Amino acid sequence: MHQSHGANRIMPDAATQLDIYRRMVRIERNDDATRRIIKLGRLQMPYYSARGQEVIPSAVSVNLNPDDTICTIYRGIHDMVAKGVPLRPLWAEIAGRVTGTCKGKGGPMHITHPESGVMVTTGIVGSSMPIANGLAWAAKLDGSRRVSVAYFGDGASNIGAFHESLNLASLWKLPVIFVCQNNRFAEHTRYENCTAVDRISKRAASYDMPGETVDGNDPFEMYAAAREAIERARDGAGPTLIEAITFRFFGHVFGDDDKYMTKEEKAAAMARDPLPAFKARLLESGVATDQALAAMESDITAEVEDAIAFAMGSDFPSTDELRRDVYATEIAL
Amino acid sequence: MSATTATATTKMNALQAVNAAIAEAMANDPKVILLGEDVADREGGGVVGTTKGLSTRFGDDRVKSTPISEQAIIGAAIGAAIGGYRPIAEIMLMNFTTVAMDMIVNHAAKLRFMSGGQTAVPITIHMLTGAGASTGGQHADHLEAWFAHTAGLKVVAPSCATDYKGLMLSCIADPDPCIFIESMRTLFVPEEVPNDQGPIPLGKANVIQQGNDVTIVAYSGMVITARQAVQKLAEDGVSVELIDLRTVAPWDRACVLASVRKTGRAVLVHEAVRSFGVGAEIAATIHEELWGVLKAPVRRLGAPYSPVPFSKPLENAFLVQPDAVIAAVRSTLN
Repeated sequence: MHQSHGANRIMPDAATQLDIYRRMVRIERNDDATRRIIKLGRLQMPYYSARGQEVIPSAVSVNLNPDDTICTIYRGIHDMVAKGVPLRPLWAEIAGRVTGTCKGKGGPMHITHPESGVMVTTGIVGSSMPIANGLAWAAKLDGSRRVSVAYFGDGASNIGAFHESLNLASLWKLPVIFVCQNNRFAEHTRYENCTAVDRISKRAASYDMPGETVDGNDPFEMYAAAREAIERARDGAGPTLIEAITFRFFGHVFGDDDKYMTKEEKAAAMARDPLPAFKARLLESGVATDQALAAMESDITAEVEDAIAFAMGSDFPSTDELRRDVYATEIAL
Repeated sequence: MSATTATATTKMNALQAVNAAIAEAMANDPKVILLGEDVADREGGGVVGTTKGLSTRFGDDRVKSTPISEQAIIGAAIGAAIGGYRPIAEIMLMNFTTVAMDMIVNHAAKLRFMSGGQTAVPITIHMLTGAGASTGGQHADHLEAWFAHTAGLKVVAPSCATDYKGLMLSCIADPDPCIFIESMRTLFVPEEVPNDQGPIPLGKANVIQQGNDVTIVAYSGMVITARQAVQKLAEDGVSVELIDLRTVAPWDRACVLASVRKTGRAVLVHEAVRSFGVGAEIAATIHEELWGVLKAPVRRLGAPYSPVPFSKPLENAFLVQPDAVIAAVRSTLN
């Protein structure tokens, strides 16, 4: 494990800072809208909000190209939005419509959008990592400089697939970045009640790969860690484990009552909301004006509302879809 | 090629046939890659030598020995497949798929559907199994019904060297994930395999022998058992139509139903436990489709509802023997 949070780490320039912020706002607005629509009863689905975790995929994704791939998990819509999945097909998929990324056949836990590099979204804890290895292996066999990113939570670091994947990635020097979004709870179980080490990044040492713990709510720290890891992977120097400390504002699944933590603890964590903090920093440093950010935010709100209208106005898939995509050729029912 | 030219053949067993198929596929398509425990020549080219010579011929980048990490093996195969490759993943024994079931069932099988057809997982997972070699309860199960029950997987179970080659070629070229079962009792039976043996289509059964009195449907190692039974029955004047299913999922309904429509009787034989087995699915289909033409209830033969035992007499009793097939056939004729 290395913890080189020095002043000499690479900094995002002004344009990159704005890019990170823009991605964060898109995630936040999208998440707010999703919760609103569920509350209104217009959509029925289990929703695993990532509100509070916006920085992590935003600061990672500004370092990725469209052909770099990600594998993410059921709490992963923020990862997809950050990677560039367009909101219209994303919303249509969430709404189970035929215009969705997956024709409505995947749903919010299984969104795939190869054009933007979102190759797998899994509903199984720990399963993003073994597949991200394979995408990285393909990138390596191609002789390309592509990388793959596996997103997962702190709970997933206790499942066997994590350990198998890190070992293989290190052994084969695969261009993969393991990004653990440590929001301190595995479903309802507090981190320290299910994890034997105080920092997940320590586990990287077992697999002889660089690992570090960063403040996942700090765009600068997150950017530097991601950039270094991604460059290392592109240069053929193998994988990295990044543990990004963060917090999820709306529990395991939207609607849970958070009774496994105290009100004070939750309030303190939410007071560290990365969005207003980063906005204040951008304004303070003169990277952006209030006006410019307000315009950006209202554009994004409009984009989200347009996506919702598009989704709700789209058709549901025909039941013929049950016969398609089971195999490459259509089957008889 | 002239039709009159005699086809050149080579005598080989099933493992050599699998090796030949993989080698041919790798030579023809640079996207075909191979991974699994001990598969490279440094490790002996597989525990029973199935992949011998391949890493030397095609290089260590395309033929990779792995740690004993079945989830990582199948995950890497799935990811590489989505990334444009055609991986062949070796899982040493079928029972070891249990530790990779999440990758196989939740991911390989479903990603095409869940992505609305945007991604595909053209992988072949090949594995040894089968009772009869005194390996006990965790090294010999025939678990094909589990996989056949999972929408999205193809399940292939050859019975002879020629089919091993042709079906392996088809699995590698197939756009969908294939489970390729290498049954212990079929492995070391040599036969003449045509040098130009090409792909044998998946989902197509093979009528090994035509007959009029009763249809026997078998696959994998049980084809050998069924052949022995058929020979004895023929001596007694019973005319059996013997079908080797070759592919368990999707199975060749048309071939089986046409045969039973002709004979009016069916005996289904597999090594796997009889309860909830492949035979139950086929029997139910025959009853649904051919109720009016059946001359006797369909008989199913399989292992008793027991783990594979170790002790030899128990193991012999666990496996369907030719005499049991003969008795089942006779019961349909009475």
